[in-house]
Amino acid sequence: MSIVQSFSIWFIPFLIGFILLYGTYKKVPTYETFVEGGKEGFSIAINIIPFLVGMLVAISVFRASGALDYVMMAMRPLFSLFHIPAEVVPLGLMRTISGTGALGMTSDLIATHGADSFIGRLASTIQGSTDTTFYVLTVYFGAVGIKKMKYALKVGLLADLIGFLASIAVISLLF
Amino acid sequence: MVNYIWVGMLVIGFIVAGINGTMDKVNEAIFTSAKEAVTLSFGMISILVFWLGIMKIAEKGGLLDVLAILFRPIVKKLFPDIPKDHPAQGYILSNMAANLLGLGNAATPMGIKAMEQLKILNGGKNEASRSMITLLAINTSSITLIPTTIIAIRMSYNSQSPTDIVAPTLIATAISTIGAILIDRYYYYRSLPKGGK
Repeated sequence: MSIVQSFSIWFIPFLIGFILLYGTYKKVPTYETFVEGGKEGFSIAINIIPFLVGMLVAISVFRASGALDYVMMAMRPLFSLFHIPAEVVPLGLMRTISGTGALGMTSDLIATHGADSFIGRLASTIQGSTDTTFYVLTVYFGAVGIKKMKYALKVGLLADLIGFLASIAVISLLF
Repeated sequence: MVNYIWVGMLVIGFIVAGINGTMDKVNEAIFTSAKEAVTLSFGMISILVFWLGIMKIAEKGGLLDVLAILFRPIVKKLFPDIPKDHPAQGYILSNMAANLLGLGNAATPMGIKAMEQLKILNGGKNEASRSMITLLAINTSSITLIPTTIIAIRMSYNSQSPTDIVAPTLIATAISTIGAILIDRYYYYRSLPKGGK
């Protein structure tokens, strides 16, 4: 457990240091390039605002009304059989459909349960473990005009399921 | 699909609130959560600016090409249908390298270019080929070294150690990618005509 945690702590400074030294070695104007790339980061954060507002409002209306409690109540017996926390099941489903929708759910779960809680860590890992299958499928196949996608959707969704279950297993084991 | 889910959550929420008598809470939720979403986005600016700045250095220094060289043997194994030194291979390598560094904006155009080449290889048919589905499987379960956005969200909600999910996420994403590749193989061999190779 401590090895995993120190890996998490050491990894980012190590990677940043490596990239900076590598860039210097390759004679990249590091500081100017950093500023240039940073501007992109700013516009990403700003562009995400309407998506997050739309999703977070819908999720909190659903939760504040009590509807989410009913859904959880209905699902809990089934999922507790498999040791799956019912709280993250909606996130797992949303993850395959909409990246920003899932991001909204993840932040909602973190806000409700706390970032360092079991559910908070689990939501973070689920969010990071796979990409949005329907989005990738639409963009990649749509761009080149593929109509018959054969078994592609099955593969994508099963991979999402594996990522979801793996997140639960890893977080349960490590924390 | 996301349109129906979005409208559904709001409308069902309003109806349930009407029955439950929780309409006052719903009203409050609309305004507080809209505000929260904006605060959250602003909180993410710091880490996104920093990380994309660092990644731009990696990109300009040619680190993507170095990663591509490392991946070459893996790609040969994963895409046995692509002829040696075909341009599709180069695009797939860049796509994987960009995904690994979390450069979604760079990964998608490379992935689409790779798809175009794979379509030409497949005789321009509008049917997905084996290699196309493999590329898709790798992208939907994408391995990312640092989940920047999530770290940013955790920071905004006062996490004691926002980065302690880096290693678990890496493990989970590695499992899902390996799973995707195995499932892809399984369905490919199952799709072959019976009595074939």
